[in-house]
Amino acid sequence: MDYFVILLLQIGSAVASLVLLSIGLAVIFGMMRVINLAHGEFLMLGGYAAITAYNKGVNLWVAMIVVAPLTVGLFGALVERLVIRHLYGRLIDTMLATWGLSLAMIGFVTVVFGNTVSGISAPLGSLQIGAYRTGVYELFLIVVAVILLLAGWLVLRYTRLGLIARGTMQNAAMAAALGTNPSAVYAVTFAVGAALTGLAGGLLAPLSGVVPTIGAAYIAKAFITVISGGAAILSGTAIASALLGAINVVATFAFTSVLGEVALLVAAVVLLRLLPQGITGRFFRRAL
Amino acid sequence: MKARLLSIIGNLAVLAAGLAVLFGLPALGETYLIINSTIFAAFAILALSLALIWGYAGILCFGQAAFFGLGGYTYAVTAINMGDTTVPALLAVLVPALFAALLGYFMFWGRISDVYLGVITLTVSLIFYRFINQTAGEQWNIGDAPLGGFNGIPATPILNWPGRPGEQLAPEEIFSLTVGLLLIVYFLCKALLATSLGRIIVAIRENETRAELLGYDTRVYKLAIFVVGGALAGLSGLLFANSVFVSPTMFSLPVSGQIIIWVIVGGLGTLIGPVIGCILMQFLTNYLGTLSQIKGFGWVDPNLVLGVLLVIFVLVVPKGLTALVADVWRWSVGFLRKPRAAAPPAGERVPNP
Repeated sequence: MDYFVILLLQIGSAVASLVLLSIGLAVIFGMMRVINLAHGEFLMLGGYAAITAYNKGVNLWVAMIVVAPLTVGLFGALVERLVIRHLYGRLIDTMLATWGLSLAMIGFVTVVFGNTVSGISAPLGSLQIGAYRTGVYELFLIVVAVILLLAGWLVLRYTRLGLIARGTMQNAAMAAALGTNPSAVYAVTFAVGAALTGLAGGLLAPLSGVVPTIGAAYIAKAFITVISGGAAILSGTAIASALLGAINVVATFAFTSVLGEVALLVAAVVLLRLLPQGITGRFFRRAL
Repeated sequence: MKARLLSIIGNLAVLAAGLAVLFGLPALGETYLIINSTIFAAFAILALSLALIWGYAGILCFGQAAFFGLGGYTYAVTAINMGDTTVPALLAVLVPALFAALLGYFMFWGRISDVYLGVITLTVSLIFYRFINQTAGEQWNIGDAPLGGFNGIPATPILNWPGRPGEQLAPEEIFSLTVGLLLIVYFLCKALLATSLGRIIVAIRENETRAELLGYDTRVYKLAIFVVGGALAGLSGLLFANSVFVSPTMFSLPVSGQIIIWVIVGGLGTLIGPVIGCILMQFLTNYLGTLSQIKGFGWVDPNLVLGVLLVIFVLVVPKGLTALVADVWRWSVGFLRKPRAAAPPAGERVPNP
């Protein structure tokens, strides 16, 4: 019984971290059809922002939930203005340019912070379930992931901003003809996506620590989750995270953690072969 | 007529440059230089493999490193078990080719498009990377060969003369073999592109639907070129294993990324461009690596410089160095002949050498 509860909690926490890892990428990909290969480095930057702020004496929660998203959001706005804007509609070129950006960010952070692991210990202590222990912080991340998805849904469904976003997503030319300014929409989208990524980076920093090259560990998972999810930003990410996260944890429990990762990747490849447009390209087409 | 002449001159120039390197470098007698050049030449074959499938067939493979590593590991494992290296060397090309056939069948018959294809190839190379990384320990021995996990197989056997195990090739001989193979592969690629297969592949890149409506089964042609690309990457892995040794890094994301950078810096849609791009970027990486060790130059991180360079190339010179050189050349010719029209007529474009 305890074992089962722990397994469920582990699955929940794996799914939550996949949602956190990929939501920013999903917003940018879903809205703009831009694949940001520097996504992993945005996460890394969020982690460094949170840790640096914390070491400077800022409250840990403020550092993770306010400083990290603000820093990365501003950086994202800058990147959009300087690089991405010039490459709209050139998917492959955007991927390559953001790849270059990711290398440059790794190099820059290595120079500034050195190639060492920095970390902060996870707050909130731990919880005893029968013979097992689990961190309360991991449960907190599950709550954050749910809140983010819910908030995203509310914004998209009920606000004017959400209406504009959905309109641009469905038909950018028509939305422009009706008076929205697509380049402003895209700029805001990229900044929001970057801010969400920064938030995720800040929140995940206590669990994984940060090194300049940590982005590489994140990017593939995030990338795969978003692509398997398909066009719908929220439901696609949620469903793909749930599926891949569950497969990962079950395989980890059954075999080793590396085989868990491998199982996740294999599952994603098979999924894409069966549903080349992603899960929401085939099912739940009208979902957000 | 003029275009044809230029292309012959271009081929001769490449051949002459290749032969000069092949016979000139060993004469200098510097072992360090020779080993480094061997690595460069092995990488250049890897660059050619992606030049073929991305530049000409339009298949953006983010995981070319998978075939590279597979070639290296196949060679190392079979060579340790068999002693003689002739069959392992052949297997190092065959196994990646077969794997490319399998993966290609999976992708092209699934009609998977650009981005998704990129993700799948990237994922496959990551699977290999993760898997090989954890193969430390006895239970992962294949025959006599330990896979060695994170450390790779430092005792990767060196090629020997066919049928004479024990008579290993000297570094100079490995160098000659690698540069010789690079030249052969380069001209084979040229020849391949001149056949009808090559023409159809370019047609598919330009417009897949149209090629299909003309009656070509585009899946078969894409698969064919993908397999050739896989085989070449395997060959490159074999040669790399002989000049360094095999380790999980061969499968890693930075390797796949590097190949893409070589191709885009050199010039997409050319063969000589990626080779030049590869050699230039390798020189630059090595140079920056040594420079960043010197005090006061700590800010010159290779990643930082390469990354900025890649962004600039994509934004400013998206067609790469070869196209840039061709443009500058055309412009200066036009400038010298000012009285006449500056731009050559459309039918007479300067071919890429």
